[in-house]
Amino acid sequence: MHFKLNGAAVEVEAHPMKRLLDVLRQECGLTGTKEGCGEGECGACTVLVDGEPVCACLVPFAQVADAEVRTIEGLGGDHPLQRTFAEVGGAQCGICTPGMIMAALALGPNPTLEEVRVGLAGNLCRCTGYEAIYRAVLFAAGEEGGPA
Amino acid sequence: MRTALSGLDLLRPRTLDEALRLLRDEGPLVPLAGCTDVYVGLNFGTLPATRFVDLWGLRELRGISLRDGGTLSFGALATHTDIVRSPEVNARLPMLVAAAREVGGVQIQNRGTLAGNVANASPAGDTLPVLAVAEAVVVLRSVDGERRVPFDGFYTGYRQTVMRPDELIVAIEVPPVEGAQWFRKVGTRAAQAISKVMMAAVKSDRPRVSLGSVGPTVVRLPLTEEALAGGATLEEAQRVLLDEIHPIDDVRSTAEYRRRVAANLLGQWWSDGA
Repeated sequence: MHFKLNGAAVEVEAHPMKRLLDVLRQECGLTGTKEGCGEGECGACTVLVDGEPVCACLVPFAQVADAEVRTIEGLGGDHPLQRTFAEVGGAQCGICTPGMIMAALALGPNPTLEEVRVGLAGNLCRCTGYEAIYRAVLFAAGEEGGPA
Repeated sequence: MRTALSGLDLLRPRTLDEALRLLRDEGPLVPLAGCTDVYVGLNFGTLPATRFVDLWGLRELRGISLRDGGTLSFGALATHTDIVRSPEVNARLPMLVAAAREVGGVQIQNRGTLAGNVANASPAGDTLPVLAVAEAVVVLRSVDGERRVPFDGFYTGYRQTVMRPDELIVAIEVPPVEGAQWFRKVGTRAAQAISKVMMAAVKSDRPRVSLGSVGPTVVRLPLTEEALAGGATLEEAQRVLLDEIHPIDDVRSTAEYRRRVAANLLGQWWSDGA
C-alpha cells in the first residue's frame, strides 16, 4: 500500500486492519511512536495524518492509503519543540513526549496558552504536571522569556 | 492488539451503493468510520465481530450542509472537528459544538463521527442529549431505500436501535431550534473522561430537556418539560425530574450522585440568564 511517511513516498505491505501504530513500529521500524493505553485515552501514540493529530492505536492501516503520515522521527531531532521540551523539563519519563510534541506541532505558530491546553487535552502525562510541557510549547513558538 | 488480525476481514467499497450492496449480500458486517469505538474493542479483544466494511473513503457521506428552511444536514462522516469548525453549526446549534468539543481530545474529535456516536448507542454518548432536544432525524438507507427515523424513536434499549443490519446511517438532520440552547457535561475531566451525567436543554415556550448516562438510553424528560412549561417552580420541576430518571451505580458513578447532579443541572440551566 502506498502512502507518504515523513515526507517520503513509501510502499508498505501489512494487514489492512493492522493498527497504524503497529505498522509504524514494526513494518516501518519507527519506534518513536509509543503505545500507552491502546484505547485512545492517553495520546501517547499521536501522529499526524494529513496534518491532523490522531491516535495511531485507533487507525486501521487501510485508512492511511495515499495519506500523509508524520511521526516524531520526521522532526529530525533538532526541532524547536524537541529542544524546548528537553531544556525546560517538558520531558521526564518520556513516554508521552513524542505524542505531546506531535499534538503541539498541529497547533501551528504562536498558540495561546488556552489553545495549548485544549490542543494537548487528549495527551496524558503522569510526571510533569503539564506546566513544563505548556512552557516548552510556548517557548518553542518564540514566546518571550524562553530559554533559547 | 489482542484481537488476532488473521481472523479479521475488511471490505472497502468505493461508493455508498456498493457499501449498501455489501451489507445486504455479504453481511453481517460492522461499519467502520473513525474507528474510535470499534478499535477500542479490537485492542482489548472484546469485540466479537470479525468482518467490517470501511466507510471512511466515501466522499458522498462527508460534509455538513445547510438546507432551505434552516435544517442542518450532517453527512455520516462529519467528524466532531468538522462540527466545531463549521460556521453554520456554531451559529445555529452551539450546544452541539459545546458537546463535540468535550468528546475525547482533539485526536478523537478528528476521527470520531457524529453518526458513529449515534450508531454506537451508548447512553454516555455526549452528543446524544443535544440531538434529543434538537429533535433530530436519523436518515437510514439500505438497498431497498431510505427511511427517516425521529431521534426519539431511534433507541429501543441499552445499546439497541431500530437499525437493521443491512442499513447505514447516511445523515443526521437537525431542524432549526427555537430558543436558547444549553449543554453541560459532568465527568472527572473535560477531555477524555466518559461522562457521569450530561444534559442538553432548550429554553423557550416549549422547554426541552434531555439527559445522558441516567438510564439505558439517552432520555428526554417530557414530564419535567411539561411542568416547566406549565409554570412549575424549579423545586417542583426538580422533584418531577427525580421521579422521571432511573440511573444506576456503575464504574463511573453512583445512582445517587447522578440523581443529585441531574437535579442540580436542571437548576443551573433554569437559573442561567440565557
